[in-house]
Amino acid sequence: MSVSQLFADPYLLRVVLRALAVGALVSLCAAMLGVTLVLRRFSMIGDGLSHVGFGAMALGTLLGLTGSYAMEFTLPAVALAAFLLLRLGDSGRLKGEAAVAVLSSAAMALGVLFYSLSGGMTADACNTLFGSASVLTLSNQDAWLSLGLSVAVLLLFACFYHRIFAVTFDPAYARATGLAGGAHQLLLALLTAVTVVVGMKMMGAVMISALILFPALIAMRLCASFRATVLAAAVAAEGCFLVGFALAVAAGLPTGPTVVTVELLVFLAASVKRRA
Amino acid sequence: MTLLTSNNLTLQYDGRPVVEHLSFAVEAGDCLCVVGENGSGKSTLLRCILGQKKPDGGSLTFGDGLTRSQIGYLPQQHPAQKDFPATVEEIVRTGLLGRRAFSPRYSKEEKAAAARAMQAMELAGLEKAPFPTLSGGQQQRVLLARALTAARRMLVLDEPAAGLDPVVTAELYRAIERQNRAGMTVLMVSHDIPSALSMASRILHLANGDYFFGRPAEYAASPLGRRFTGEAAI
Ligand SMILES: Nc1ncnc2c1ncn2[C@@H]1O[C@H](COP(=O)(O)OP(=O)(O)OP(=O)(O)O)[C@@H](O)[C@H]1O
Ligand SMILES: [Mg+2]
Repeated sequence: MSVSQLFADPYLLRVVLRALAVGALVSLCAAMLGVTLVLRRFSMIGDGLSHVGFGAMALGTLLGLTGSYAMEFTLPAVALAAFLLLRLGDSGRLKGEAAVAVLSSAAMALGVLFYSLSGGMTADACNTLFGSASVLTLSNQDAWLSLGLSVAVLLLFACFYHRIFAVTFDPAYARATGLAGGAHQLLLALLTAVTVVVGMKMMGAVMISALILFPALIAMRLCASFRATVLAAAVAAEGCFLVGFALAVAAGLPTGPTVVTVELLVFLAASVKRRA
Repeated sequence: MTLLTSNNLTLQYDGRPVVEHLSFAVEAGDCLCVVGENGSGKSTLLRCILGQKKPDGGSLTFGDGLTRSQIGYLPQQHPAQKDFPATVEEIVRTGLLGRRAFSPRYSKEEKAAAARAMQAMELAGLEKAPFPTLSGGQQQRVLLARALTAARRMLVLDEPAAGLDPVVTAELYRAIERQNRAGMTVLMVSHDIPSALSMASRILHLANGDYFFGRPAEYAASPLGRRFTGEAAI
């Protein structure tokens, strides 16, 4: 579709704007959480969780729970996985990264099995993995759910910002002084899970991790305080998303990969700037 | 007023006792130095005081209305992350968080309390400095300022001078002593016996299964103290 076509058709325009709003908010959530996840050495958790999401989606398809119930079904599964991973990473019996890798590939394997049992890898499976090729596939219901969840993540992040910083900077101190109890861990796991599940719709399981990592990595190359890092990550995420989204719509490219490519370029530029 | 009472306390890991039948008390205004060999259970005792480890026997109780949130803590292990984006001020202010459950913003008074702690630890002028760019001694003072911000009645410090040169160590101890003089109760683990003896009002020496608790003068004369100070001199 061309840009002039887009503005000529009010229905099409509404669909695109809806996708734009959801994507912008999800990018913001992912960037905020990304800063704490990267600094706590949980960089790959987004990747692992999205694979769990893929597995859960596949199971849902096998059980005939497709379409509108997909998100309600994957969210609890991903939240549970997130909680267990954060727990494991702190207790240290299975190292965080090993736990993520194990869960990630196991969920992927099961997901592919479930899909083949339910009649082979379909376009549906492809969308789950690589995101919607066209922004048009986002249903109204999904959009509202995504918007609501994203706003909740942002509000909770803002409310617990100082605590999240304290725990990220010094987990041992936070635990000893009662700042980081089970409730905190559950909250962080929930926020991450919601972001991953909502983001998967747009970006696909394979690429959601980029939304979490790139803004944080870009910001950490440019900022010295935590506050500035979080704000810069937010700005980088929004900027990259808007540019990537516009390019994708204008050139008829898939949204997720375009946004990730823009993020990659900005990341490279930021790395060069720091060297200089 | 007694702030802390340990009564016949036993602490163990996987059924293996680390501290056994330990009794001592901390009065308001005390400076209690905990000494002993590596692995004698000093950090374990502090973890128990902070409620992270339950007694496996006996009891450890707070007195005079002391609560956990009134204690400022400096852990032995440091946040060892290079390149962590955080400023001195941001870190010190996290000491305020224990005081309340819900905290979207710091109030003016709270920021002033954190500023006083930074002042006390001679960090004025470094508020906006990135933590990773500081020297080991400065980083230690930042973490101490965080503990001080949290401490309304008691400071619990696990080897505050670990890895610091003698001059910086002496400055650090003076800063802690000043807090103690100003009325703060201090409970500190230290391997620096001479400094401990000079600033402590009580010494607690943990030695596998055995222990000493008393005044510094009594400690220097006790068999445990003589052996340990002798060993430390070699
Ligand atoms: N989480 C744990 N699980 C099992 N054993 C532990 C644990 N933490 C400590 N220990 C053991 O308990 C004993 C006391 O440890 P602790 O850290 O309290 O010693 P410490 O007196 O602080 O020593 P240091 O001077 O080296 O800091 C040691 O033998 C240690 O191996
Ligand atoms: Mg110790």
